[in-house]
Amino acid sequence: MFETWIKACAVALAIVGAGTALAAEEFIVVQSTTSTQNSGLLDHILPAFEAESGIEVRVVAVGTGQAIKNATNGDGDVLLVHAKAAEEKFVAEGWGVQRFDVMYNDFVLVGPAADQAGIKGGADVVAAMTVIAKAQAPFASRGDDSGTHKAELRHWTSAGVDVAAASGGWYRETGSGMGATLNLAAGMGAYALTDRATWIAFANKGDLEIMVEGDTRLFNQYGVILVNPEKHPGVKAIAGQRFIDWLIGPEGQAAIASYTLDGQQLFFPNAR
Amino acid sequence: MRDFCGGHGVLIEATGLRLVRGDKLLLDIAHLRLGGPGPTVILGPNGAGKSLLLRCLHGLIRADAGQVFQDGLPLNKAQRMRQAMVFQRPVLLRRSVAANLDFVLRRRGLSRSARRERIADLLATGGLSGRERQWARSLSGGEAQRLAILRALATEPDVLFLDEPTSALDPGATQAIEALVMRASAQGVRIVMVTHDIGQARRLARDVVVMIGGQVAEHGDVERVFGDATHGTVRRFLAGDLIF
Amino acid sequence: MQNFAQEMQTAFALILTGDSELLGIVGLSLWVSLLAVLFAALIGMPLGAALAVGRFPGRRALVVLVNALMGLPPVVVGLLVYLMLSRSGPLGVLQLLYTPTAMIIAQVALVTPIIAALTRQVIEMLDAEYAEQMRSLGLSRLATVPVLLWDGRVALLTALLAGFGRAIAEVGAVIIVGGNINHVTRVMTTTIALETSKGNLALALALGTVLIAIAVTVNAMVSLLGQQSEAQDEVRHA
Repeated sequence: MFETWIKACAVALAIVGAGTALAAEEFIVVQSTTSTQNSGLLDHILPAFEAESGIEVRVVAVGTGQAIKNATNGDGDVLLVHAKAAEEKFVAEGWGVQRFDVMYNDFVLVGPAADQAGIKGGADVVAAMTVIAKAQAPFASRGDDSGTHKAELRHWTSAGVDVAAASGGWYRETGSGMGATLNLAAGMGAYALTDRATWIAFANKGDLEIMVEGDTRLFNQYGVILVNPEKHPGVKAIAGQRFIDWLIGPEGQAAIASYTLDGQQLFFPNAR
Repeated sequence: MRDFCGGHGVLIEATGLRLVRGDKLLLDIAHLRLGGPGPTVILGPNGAGKSLLLRCLHGLIRADAGQVFQDGLPLNKAQRMRQAMVFQRPVLLRRSVAANLDFVLRRRGLSRSARRERIADLLATGGLSGRERQWARSLSGGEAQRLAILRALATEPDVLFLDEPTSALDPGATQAIEALVMRASAQGVRIVMVTHDIGQARRLARDVVVMIGGQVAEHGDVERVFGDATHGTVRRFLAGDLIF
Repeated sequence: MQNFAQEMQTAFALILTGDSELLGIVGLSLWVSLLAVLFAALIGMPLGAALAVGRFPGRRALVVLVNALMGLPPVVVGLLVYLMLSRSGPLGVLQLLYTPTAMIIAQVALVTPIIAALTRQVIEMLDAEYAEQMRSLGLSRLATVPVLLWDGRVALLTALLAGFGRAIAEVGAVIIVGGNINHVTRVMTTTIALETSKGNLALALALGTVLIAIAVTVNAMVSLLGQQSEAQDEVRHA
């Protein structure tokens, strides 16, 4: 009986081994955010790089906070996120080699058509959020330490609103991704801050509309960083750097600019 | 078919057998000698220790004191392999009728063709011919018990212990079981059977052991025990009084 | 609300026409979960059988532990496997994170306790019935184990299917250790989570339908097997 068991184990391991061997081409893992993936941007630009370089790009799309955490653990070769302060800290602490600007998009403040707080059409995001807080109108927050969440918290601070006190009341923290938060906002008629890319691509808008846009403070900068191979020897530094060079080079920048959804350009390349 | 001569010669003895659970003395047998001709039937009311005695004699339970002997030697593994037991509720493998018999035949190292032949013989003996491929656990109660007995006989034992094999069966099924047991006995297998059915004891036994409260109250030839029991409780029990 | 009927139609068209992307996702789901159940069985069944027939110190405690592990939250398992396989973890050198192998490992951890606990239950019940008879026939305790495993085969298959159901429907662990990477570690449940977050509720629901269909099939097989063995057992007592 024991011999049968040993044989069965060997066969099972061989099957897994064979399956793994099939996938043994060169690849890099990019820790990125849901906004770059859910908007369809990466699906649009990556095939060109993969065809040119022969390097497969595997994207793990999570919140910026988790992406940075994963990269700190060495579980990724490249970090592509949007939270400049956190990114600079990541590099300063030695986890990343160097940070490059890649592109920007912008955030928009969305809300239900009924517009309980009466902020529609405004161009001052801080003023609008102050009104929401005064009216105690429901607001759906990511609450997940993502780049979008961090940007939102900056505006509340500017508005002098203590959202921690309102948590569970009109201020609802979903603790999940942008899409899940928008699903919730659509479901309960709440306001929410979202990046434009996710907003345009999002299919379940319900009666949500854009309330405030165009404020310079809604600017959303993306950066790219190679995870430091000195901290994690397993990092594929050459392939990872090649991807970064492509992304901030003319071809990558052009690819980013060429991506449109519903006729709108979503991301604006601004690598220097 | 194997030549069964010598089966009656097997002598089973127990001396000083004691089984204690908590402060209750479940079995207390100074000396018991099963050596005479013909089937032995162990009778007694519920809780008298009949089944425990059977299990001690078969080596399924270790007594707290005392010893079981077979042919003058302390019961050992080789001797136990020459014994078989049939339980009150037949324990049939979740397999076909044939596979239940094949299970023991294979352990005896018989060739495939010899096994097939032997299975057919056994099933014919038990009135189950042609039922090889039936699922054993779909047999009726009487058929299942017959198969259990056939499986026990397939080990070609010198001794066959039976623990109330017909207690849940109707008269027709009981009769078929009794015929099977008598046939084995006639072929030389020593039969030691527990029952609380006095009529069954009269029908089958040459040798009767009556147990009361964990002790052997009477032991002897069937005519003597039924005709002239000296023990008062045994007399009342054999007369059909309710003893508990 | 979006035009749900139309979206559903599109989604089911994808399923019915055998869209290659979708087939890849369903195929990977089945592949990962089947292998996970295979490994879990190789570990869980001997473990369960040992717990059922073995008599050793700490056995009761182990039984309680295995039963408790049946309810292990997938996210916790995912996190533990992530910490093990992370480049900064003890098994980081194997570079298994974000591969199907990592997902198999996580599912094995989830399913093994289920299979072990159910195996123990099945074998213990069968052993209660068989033990005396096997001893009477001269089988040692160890020699009894294969007999119990074989005669408990229907119930054990049920245990495997229960484990498979858990594995294929699970999302919390595989999304952490697999990373939901397109064409590499994207399975049905992680795709459902992703499409839901994109607001593509209809596509998510269509994939959910496939998942439900698999779950129903598995459960139907479980109850069919159960009924069959019961029928075979019960005729006698009817």
